[in-house]
Amino acid sequence: MRKLLLLVGALVVAHVALLFVRVSGAAEAARPDAVNVGIVLDVGGLGDKSFNDGAYRGAQRAEKELGAHIRLIEPGEGADREAGLRLLAAEKMDLVIGVGFIFTDDIAQLAKEYPKTNFAGVDYALATDRAGNPVPPPPNVAALKFKEEEGSFLVGALAALVGNSKKVGFVGGMDVPLIQKFEAGYRAGVLAVCPTCTVVAQYAGVTPEAFRNPGKGKELALNQYQQGVNVIYHASGSTGLGVFEAARQTGKFAIGVDADQYNEAPGRIVTSMVKGIDVAVFDMVKRVQDHKFKGGIYTFGLAQNGVGYVYDEHNRALIPDSTRARLEQLKADIIAGKISVPSTR
Amino acid sequence: MTTPATENPPAPAAIAPPVNPASRLAALEEAILPVVVALLVAAIVGDVLILSFGQNPGTVYRLLFEGTWGNAYGFGQVLYKTTTLTFTGLAVAVGLRAGLFNIGAESQLAAGGFAAALVGLILPPGLPALVTLPVYLVAAAIGGGLVGGVPGVLKARFGAHEVITTIMLNFIVLALLNYLTAAHLKVEASLHTEEIHAGGLPRLSSYIAAFHGSAANVVLFIALLAVVLTWWFLFRTRRGFELRATGLQPAAAEYGGVDVRSVWWRAMVLSGALAGIGGLNFVLGYKHYYEDAFATGAGFLGIAVAIVGRNNPIGVLLAAFVFATISQGGLAVNAVVPKQMVDVLQAVVIIAVAASVPEVRRMLRKGDR
Repeated sequence: MRKLLLLVGALVVAHVALLFVRVSGAAEAARPDAVNVGIVLDVGGLGDKSFNDGAYRGAQRAEKELGAHIRLIEPGEGADREAGLRLLAAEKMDLVIGVGFIFTDDIAQLAKEYPKTNFAGVDYALATDRAGNPVPPPPNVAALKFKEEEGSFLVGALAALVGNSKKVGFVGGMDVPLIQKFEAGYRAGVLAVCPTCTVVAQYAGVTPEAFRNPGKGKELALNQYQQGVNVIYHASGSTGLGVFEAARQTGKFAIGVDADQYNEAPGRIVTSMVKGIDVAVFDMVKRVQDHKFKGGIYTFGLAQNGVGYVYDEHNRALIPDSTRARLEQLKADIIAGKISVPSTR
Repeated sequence: MTTPATENPPAPAAIAPPVNPASRLAALEEAILPVVVALLVAAIVGDVLILSFGQNPGTVYRLLFEGTWGNAYGFGQVLYKTTTLTFTGLAVAVGLRAGLFNIGAESQLAAGGFAAALVGLILPPGLPALVTLPVYLVAAAIGGGLVGGVPGVLKARFGAHEVITTIMLNFIVLALLNYLTAAHLKVEASLHTEEIHAGGLPRLSSYIAAFHGSAANVVLFIALLAVVLTWWFLFRTRRGFELRATGLQPAAAEYGGVDVRSVWWRAMVLSGALAGIGGLNFVLGYKHYYEDAFATGAGFLGIAVAIVGRNNPIGVLLAAFVFATISQGGLAVNAVVPKQMVDVLQAVVIIAVAASVPEVRRMLRKGDR
């Protein structure tokens, strides 16, 4: 018994002693002098190499270039989404961002309770009125929408041009309209340069889990490569890491999404359809800092550099100059409105 | 010499085990001390982890405290999480008391919530909660109980191991619920059903304004009631005794006249029903709709809650409170330390409790000599 009390005592002393250790450069919670931005990430969390990391990159840029102060929250279960947003709103952040369409209800609810706080929702799902027109979000909410179909159109054209096959592949994450948009644009891009080509499109599932299932991604990709597909475009979060694995294994090609994913499988990634979540996040922070933030719908397409495809020293060797020229022409045509890209299947 | 016919029957005290205050105290010590030691060890591991992230342990623990017990909203969130974890913890504890390791609380919880939501979508709106609550309780209990009962019957009838069947049933049930929600019931551009208008339960904030915004709701009181009833069932009824006897030594229980097989499937139904009622916390008390994957992990965390709570309903309640605090605290400190640190901390609590129970007991015994 005495030994036990000694043990408990020793543990208490050790813990209390450690509590007083001060590390230099440790972060403090809020800074009054800077723009305070709170971001609640999607369930995938940091390290998904695409969606969430994109938001994080935008936040880091805002931290560096604008001196903003960023707080990140990674929710665990469904109830944590609202809790995370609320924690940030209650701390009087100047801007609270929810990353992912699933935040829509929670943001709409909190925007009412904190009318003076600015909110932004990446991929915020807009309700439509009877006539089918989108209903604008609450006045203190910025709905950040991306024209993924435009970027997907370009990589679709690229896939058909460099694929050397009449079949091109697509692997989606969760089968929802948001991801179907990627497929629709991709399909249109393929058919624009190769009317006789077919697109093999498959989805990893119907739950958010479908965005973090690399095993399933690999399975789908191997199957498609087997069918004669040479290039697969994925829009599936970390499920796509399995697609890349399959590309490495078979020596075929893949196209990344959301962020430049070249490093995931060097030499095997023709390009990535980059979704400028970082651009959008940075843009919102800048607007708040310049006191120009306004609620409403913000669309990021090819014209705003909100979407695009990667062409740099890494993948230059994989894309012939003639192909590059063709893509740039298509891009200019889309921006000029000469080509209209469908956003639904 | 004859024995007097009027000899008194033995006094009840002679049948019941002697209760002396000293042994009670010793039992209490034995129950609480290991957990205290384990939590201290976990706190120290937490200190070291925090330091390794270049942060001050004092600051982080202060943030954690402020975000959980330090303000009414945070405390409300802790209570909300405690409610779900209490149900899943009780579910696992009842199973373990019967010698069954129920790993299916995750899907039983979801099935209970789903069943309640289905009933809620059918019930006419505007019915008072007093009328609908019993209906919801029964629906959730049936939803969870069915999912728990299948492995129970498979075990009783065919001897299929419940660990395997409950794990596998998790996949089947969660995929099925997901399909039903995503393909048939969801509102466009969301992952949840239509809102239920029949007898949703009030949040605590409608009685105590300070809780404003927190998800805590009156299902908390149902959880407290469930703790009391489960305790009473396990330790004060014949069926509860049979259940525990089966858990301790099935062969001996059978020899003693217990129908072990029927205890098995009944225990699994009860276990599943308890987890299922936990689904009301989200569906009826918080959002008033079923959302796919609404409580990811709460079922599995129930295993930890039951183990740390030593399979005792009161212990389960306390353990649920501890894990709920860690979980909510994790959000509060997320700005300075990554979420994974909190996951690690949870794991350390479990390991430390598992390891310290026999060790502390040994030290206590030594002290007796």
